[in-house]
Amino acid sequence: MSNASLPISIAQVTKRYGPMYALDHVDLEIRSGEFLTLLGPSGSGKTTLLTVLAGFTRPDGGSLKFGDAEMITVPPHKRNVGMVFQNYALFPHMSVADNVGFPLKLRGVGTAEIAQRAERALDMVRLGGYGKRGIDQLSGGQRQRVALARAMVFEPRIMLMDEPLSALDKQLREHMQIELRQLHDKLGMTTVYVTHDQREALTMSDRIAVINSGRIMQLDTPRALYERPKNRFVAEFIGESTFLPVLVSGGRVHLGDQVLQTAEPAKTDGPQLVMLRPERLRLLGEGEVADDAFNTLDATLVATVYQGDSSLFQAALPDGTLLSVRGGTAGAIAPGAKLRIAVHCKDTVLLAPEAPA
Amino acid sequence: MTELPNARTLRRSALFERWSLLGLVAPALLLITVTMLLPVGWLFYLSLLSDAGEFSLEHYQRMWEHPSYARTFWTTFQVSFLTTAICIVLGYPLSYFLSEIPKRAANLCMIAVLLPLWTSLLVRTYAWLVLLQRRGLVNNWGIELGLWEEPLALVHNLAGTLIGTVHVMLPFLVLPLYSAMRAIDRNYLRAAANLGASPLRSFWLVFFPLAMPGLVTGALIVFILCLGFYVTPAVLGGGKVIMVSSRIANDIEIFFNWGAASALGVVLLVLTVLLVLAAGRLVRMDGVLGGGGSK
Repeated sequence: MSNASLPISIAQVTKRYGPMYALDHVDLEIRSGEFLTLLGPSGSGKTTLLTVLAGFTRPDGGSLKFGDAEMITVPPHKRNVGMVFQNYALFPHMSVADNVGFPLKLRGVGTAEIAQRAERALDMVRLGGYGKRGIDQLSGGQRQRVALARAMVFEPRIMLMDEPLSALDKQLREHMQIELRQLHDKLGMTTVYVTHDQREALTMSDRIAVINSGRIMQLDTPRALYERPKNRFVAEFIGESTFLPVLVSGGRVHLGDQVLQTAEPAKTDGPQLVMLRPERLRLLGEGEVADDAFNTLDATLVATVYQGDSSLFQAALPDGTLLSVRGGTAGAIAPGAKLRIAVHCKDTVLLAPEAPA
Repeated sequence: MTELPNARTLRRSALFERWSLLGLVAPALLLITVTMLLPVGWLFYLSLLSDAGEFSLEHYQRMWEHPSYARTFWTTFQVSFLTTAICIVLGYPLSYFLSEIPKRAANLCMIAVLLPLWTSLLVRTYAWLVLLQRRGLVNNWGIELGLWEEPLALVHNLAGTLIGTVHVMLPFLVLPLYSAMRAIDRNYLRAAANLGASPLRSFWLVFFPLAMPGLVTGALIVFILCLGFYVTPAVLGGGKVIMVSSRIANDIEIFFNWGAASALGVVLLVLTVLLVLAAGRLVRMDGVLGGGGSK
C-alpha cells in the first residue's frame, strides 16, 4: 500500500437550497496525511461538505483543490478518492471479493492481481478468507470492514468517511474507532471524517472542524477545542458546560461584585460569558483555602445526582445562576448547604462576544 | 416428567392461532379451487376424450400432425415475444425516468401510465382500428403531410396487432420495473461513481443487475398475458394473425369441439408453466414472484 497523501484546500465553497445556506463560504485547509473530522449536529452542512469533496453535490461556487489540482468541476468517478458510506453501500449482487475488487476492475487491473490485492485488503481489515461470501451473510461490523477494504484497495490518497460507525453498537463502535485510526496511521492518506458524535471526534482526530449552519465555528485540535472553545456553540456542543454571565470593564471580569481571573485576558468591554466545565470545578472542604491561581465561588446546593462513577452537584450562585460541579460519590450533602467552589483560572474560559447573527 | 403449569392451555391456544390464520386464506383457497383447479382439471379431462366420447389422444395427435397448429403456436410466441421486446424498449427508459424524478411527480406520471388500464379494452382496440385503417386518421394525415403516398397497411396484419398489444401491455411492464428501480438505493450508484465507474459503467455493472428482478417480472407478465390474448389480436389482426386464443374460440364457437379447444388450452398452459420455471432459473424466484427489488 502506498503512503502518499494529498492536502485539500477548500475556498469560498457555497451551496444554497432556496434561502438556506447548506454551506456558507466555507474555507478549510486540510493538511496532507491529516485525520480531520467534520463535527456538527444534523443539518449543519457537514455531510454536504463531504459530498462536495466526493463530487456528489454540485456547489454553487467556490474552489476545491486536491494538491494543486482544481477538482470542483471534475465528475466523481475521476476524483480518485476513497469513501466509506454511512450504510456502507456494498453492492448486494456481488460477493465480498467482487465488491472489494470492483474499483480495481474499473481501473483495468488483471484478474489475478485483482484477486490478490482484494485478498490483501481484506486481510488488512481482518476479513481474510471472507471473499466468497455474499454481503447478506455478513454482520454489521463485517460489512463495515468490507466497505473500508473496498475504499482503500485502490490506494486513494484521500479518504472520506460519512459516519461510518453510526450503525454499530457502542462496544464495536469504540473498538472500530481505534482500529480506523490505526489504519489511517499505517496507510497515511488524508482522511476527512464526518460525525455528530463528539466523543468519537475527540478520540480519533488530529483536528476537528465544528460546523453549524453551513459555517465552520472553530477548527482546532481536540484538546484546544475542549479547553479553549471560542464560542458558546462549540462549548455547548462538546462536553458539558456551565455559562456565567459576566461584565467586562477595563479588562476586568466582574461576576456580580466579584472579580474573576480568566485563562486569557479580556480584550473587549461589555457583557460576556464565562464557561466552566463541571469536572474542572472542585468543592472546597470546611476551612480549606485555595491558592491564588483559583477563583472561589460561593453557592448553595440545589440537588445531587448520583451517576455511578461520580456525582453531579447542582449549585446556585447568589444571583440564582445554576452551575454543575462533578465530584466524588462519598458522603452526602444536604440540599441547601453552603458550598465553596474552586476553579483554576486556566479553566475559567472567557468566550468571545457573540457576533450578531 | 411432570407437565408445567398451564402447558396444555398454552399449547391449545398456539394451535388455535395457527388454524385461525389458515381461516384467513380459506375463502381464496375455495375460490381458486372452484374457479381454477376444477375447470382446468375438467378441461384436461375433456381434451383426452374423442368426439365419440371415448378416451383417446386424437386431439393432441391432430395438433402434432397438422402444420397449421404449429403455425398458430409459432405466431402466438412471435407476437408475444415481439410485444414483450417492444414493451421493454419503450418501458425501460420510461421507468428509469420515473424512478429518477421526485416521487410526487412520478405518481402523477404513473396515473398517465395506468390510464389505459381504466378504459375498456374493446373501446381502445376499436379506436386503434379507426386510427390505423386504410382511410383512417393516421393514413390521411400521413398522405396529406406528404410523408407517404399510398395508404400504409397498418391493421389486419402483424404490425397492427403489435401496436394494439403493446399499448395494452406497457403498464404491466412499467409497474414492476418502476417499483424495482425506485427501490434501488441511489447510494449504490454514488459508491460506483466514487470507486471510478463512469455513468455508463455504473449503469451496466450496478443499476441494471439490481433492476433485473423487476424487468424479468414485468417481461414475464407481459409475455404470459400475450400468450392468451384474444380481443386485440382478433380485431387488429383481422383474421390474418391467428393466435392460440382465436383458434380456441373458433373450435368452440364454430365447431363446438370442446375436446380440441381443451387440448389447445392444456398445451398453452404447459408451455407457459415451463417458461415461468425457466425464468425462475434466470433470476431468483422470490424476486420474480415478489414483484420487487431484492433486499
